[in-house]
Amino acid sequence: MTLRESSIYKNIDWSLVILVGVLMFFGLLNVVSATSNLEIADWFDWSGKGGKQLMWILICSFLGFLILNIESEFFIRTSVLQYLLTLVLLVAVLIVGKKIGGARSWFGLGGMSLQPSEFAKPTTALLLAWYLSRDATKWRSLKVRFLSFLIVGIPAGLILLQPDAGTVLVFAGFVFVLYREGLSGNILILGFGALLIAIATILIGTTTVHYPFFGTESGIGVFWIAWIAIGTGIVFLAKYLTVPRKRKKISRWGIASIVAGLMVSIGLHLGMETVLKSHQRDRIHVLFGIDVNNPDADYNIRHAKAAIGSGGFSGKGWMHGPMTAYSFVPEQETDFIFCTVGEEWGFAGSVLVILLFTLFILRVIVIAERQRSNFTRIYAYGVASIFFMHLFVNVGMVLGLAPVIGIPLPFFSYGGSSLIGFTFLIAVLIRLDGERFRILR
Amino acid sequence: MNKTGLKNRSLVFGGIVVIISLVFIARLGHIQLISSDWSNYAGRLTEEREALDPMRGKFLDRNGALIVSNIASYDLLITPRKAKNLDTIALGKVLGLEYEALKKRLDKAAAYSRYVPSIMVKQLNAQEFAMMSKDLMNFPGIKSKTRSVRSNVAGVAGHILGEYREVDRADIRGDAYYQLGDYKGKSGLESSFEQSLRGIPGARYHIVDVRNNVQETLLELDTMPIPGKDVTLTIDVELQKYAEKLLRGKRGSVVAIEPETGEILAIVSAPFYDANSLTGTRRGSVYDSLNTHPWKPLYNRALRGTYRPGSIFKMVQGLIALDEGVISANTTIACNRSIIGCHGPHTADNLTDAISHSCNPYFYEVMRRVVLKGRDPNPLKDASIGLTNWNEKIKEFGFGTKLGGHIPWVRPGSIPNALVYDKIYGKNHWGYKTIYSISIGEGELLTTPLQMANLAAIIGNRGYYREPHPVRDIGGLGKPAGIDSIHTLDILPKHFETVVNAMQKVIEDPNGTGNLAQIEGMTICGKTGTVQNKGKEDHSVFIAFAPRDNPKIALSVYVEYAGAGGAWAAPIAGLLVEKYLTDTVSNTLREERILAFQP
Repeated sequence: MTLRESSIYKNIDWSLVILVGVLMFFGLLNVVSATSNLEIADWFDWSGKGGKQLMWILICSFLGFLILNIESEFFIRTSVLQYLLTLVLLVAVLIVGKKIGGARSWFGLGGMSLQPSEFAKPTTALLLAWYLSRDATKWRSLKVRFLSFLIVGIPAGLILLQPDAGTVLVFAGFVFVLYREGLSGNILILGFGALLIAIATILIGTTTVHYPFFGTESGIGVFWIAWIAIGTGIVFLAKYLTVPRKRKKISRWGIASIVAGLMVSIGLHLGMETVLKSHQRDRIHVLFGIDVNNPDADYNIRHAKAAIGSGGFSGKGWMHGPMTAYSFVPEQETDFIFCTVGEEWGFAGSVLVILLFTLFILRVIVIAERQRSNFTRIYAYGVASIFFMHLFVNVGMVLGLAPVIGIPLPFFSYGGSSLIGFTFLIAVLIRLDGERFRILR
Repeated sequence: MNKTGLKNRSLVFGGIVVIISLVFIARLGHIQLISSDWSNYAGRLTEEREALDPMRGKFLDRNGALIVSNIASYDLLITPRKAKNLDTIALGKVLGLEYEALKKRLDKAAAYSRYVPSIMVKQLNAQEFAMMSKDLMNFPGIKSKTRSVRSNVAGVAGHILGEYREVDRADIRGDAYYQLGDYKGKSGLESSFEQSLRGIPGARYHIVDVRNNVQETLLELDTMPIPGKDVTLTIDVELQKYAEKLLRGKRGSVVAIEPETGEILAIVSAPFYDANSLTGTRRGSVYDSLNTHPWKPLYNRALRGTYRPGSIFKMVQGLIALDEGVISANTTIACNRSIIGCHGPHTADNLTDAISHSCNPYFYEVMRRVVLKGRDPNPLKDASIGLTNWNEKIKEFGFGTKLGGHIPWVRPGSIPNALVYDKIYGKNHWGYKTIYSISIGEGELLTTPLQMANLAAIIGNRGYYREPHPVRDIGGLGKPAGIDSIHTLDILPKHFETVVNAMQKVIEDPNGTGNLAQIEGMTICGKTGTVQNKGKEDHSVFIAFAPRDNPKIALSVYVEYAGAGGAWAAPIAGLLVEKYLTDTVSNTLREERILAFQP
């Protein structure tokens, strides 16, 4: 027992611990600034959000310490149970949850709110790791593929019902885990192709064209006709330029691509027009620089960019950013916390934060690859994917590169649930990694 | 796929992470370092520049008495965002506004900005504001802003001082100094001396929060406003007041000038209006009623009213004739009433008597001699040449010109030249017989009350005038350059003595037409004029200067539709002269008669 305990502290990855500590501390400074006022001399207020965040950090430190002292076997064995428990919570929140900002994502517990989707991320990562690492598992079997998608898809689907599009997007990050475990690389290429078609659909969708017999309608119709015509032309051309034995394959894949692209485009266009609410559509249009009638549509992002832009190289200094202090950016202490970094710490501070996160994710990938245990490797990839998606969506949103989808910036955004979720995620990984020399799973 | 192949996929994932990070860093570099758009935008959002209005320069009278100063007025501003759930009906009651009118203003404010305060009610005076300020506390989102407006303390000279009111779009476009909602002098002296009066605004910079509430003040950037310069007028406020008192209820004008300096002592156009009624909330309705009044109270008759000069013009004819040598002081001319009608019992007059009797045939002959000098054998051509020569002489008196003196919106009147008659009758189709009515101040002549007062000054000065001007000093720097240019007429001073004698006789001779202007113990020189109006009562006109030697005051008085010059304009002139020179009025009966007179 003593031997084991001493060995776990000898073998844990201190660089990750230090990175997390630095990020949490820097995040706390920014939460304090974002939630206090320039004029209040007594800047630190225990009853304020800064005080609460510090309290959460202390709780998480204790939680992390606790997890480091739990046998990793426990997480592996209880992964199914934890996952199922999470599903129960996700279903329950849809029924008894508190509606905040149009989404039923929180349990109200006295004065606090608990967000079960934050815990769904680590438990899904654990179950996926457990399932894919079992000896019998062979990636090529259709059943395994299907079940893997199901493991990710069920919580994602439940979260979509809340609806919380941001967290669903994070679950989409598990594609990197599956990719590492053998999913065809074409999935990334296909994803990239679909993205291009989606962008074209959004941009062309707002134009108008006068059609004979139909009147003035969206220009997307021209795009669809052109897509079919040019696509078919290219397929025919390719078919006659290649050797006969490849022709069948080309025409099959070519036609499939044309149909798939058309489906993506039509589906997205109709989805934009019918499913999305007008303010959500406006947000997407704003992102692509399309004029929208609603002047408030790009309010958040305009103010976010102004706050960051005003930071210049070295920033306005901690607690000295007027846009931060006077609440120009909505939800600044949570989803838009990066604005505070940009305004008060400038380019230097912002780049430092991005580099710290990049370093953190790359370190997790390195740790993943040094495992002999498949479970730990797959879990580590889940961790890296989740953090990457959070960084990508959150900072991308604040910088106006991604649509406004509210998800927290790990360790920075104010909020206990997400902090606990991320701590759990990383603490379990550190524990698993610490046992890498001991067991061969 | 083999194991190392899958292991290499970590590089793909890592690569994507690094690429995304680089994209973010590039974006940050653009927003924070390269483009200044976003930091400028942040500045516009967070920094508010509060303009500190400078105190506008005051108007003082020639003795330093206050005429126009500034008082506080209050604008009510509404910030729509903060005025949620506004009880518009209750607010309408407090403000005294109809529901529809209030709704319109609120909608306009909301359309402009939900965060930035918009003006809802303008220029409440202290009393109005005090009455509603307590009730306004109950309405969130409504605040007041103090603004200084003009107060005509002396309550006089509204016409010449002009209006100070809100700028229009053209003003903002024309001068970067002005912004929406600013005020400027829009007419009269307020406008002419705007540059001196307005001062230089200061500014205070604030940091505001997202609701535009001031949170901090950036002291290091503040600049204090520099007050505008005080303008000392040449007006004597007591004389101005008295002149307005005498003209109350009448149409007409008074212009009084200090002959030696050209300083305007009083300038009144009647009917006049309370200069203070054109500021504040009542301006619109007051302006409308003034604008539609049949007597045209907004019209400045002293500067812009053009009248035929009548008999007064005979003195000018006499002076030109003396100077041309076509008559001497002793030349007598028969009163030949077959040529042109006359009045009174005289048969033949010299110049002095002809002026005091206002003999028409005399001046018919005098002008004939001036015009027809035999410069051309053709009498029609001779008349044309002669008239051109005459016209130049007349213009030396300032007739047909704007006189200068930095007075805004003056009319020149008109003195006909050969071209005017060529146009009417055709070239060489007119002679002296065609145009002779101008010899007695009728016909195509038009002069203004200001020009007539200036004529009195010229005669009092015996041959020169300084451009009549309204300003003595601006900000302690003295008169503006060129405001009182001197004009010396090409007529010998001795010729003036003949005319001055006649003017003295007009008042002192028992048969003179200007007896009613006479003041005990004072030598006043004057001349009556009567401007005929077809079918209506004549305009009563009088010009005078006093004392006879080294005159201190020269003036013209017009009373429209009142009758003969001697009956009304002359006694008014007498009262004004006495008031100015002795500061008392001895003939109270005369004063009462004038005050009671309502033509």
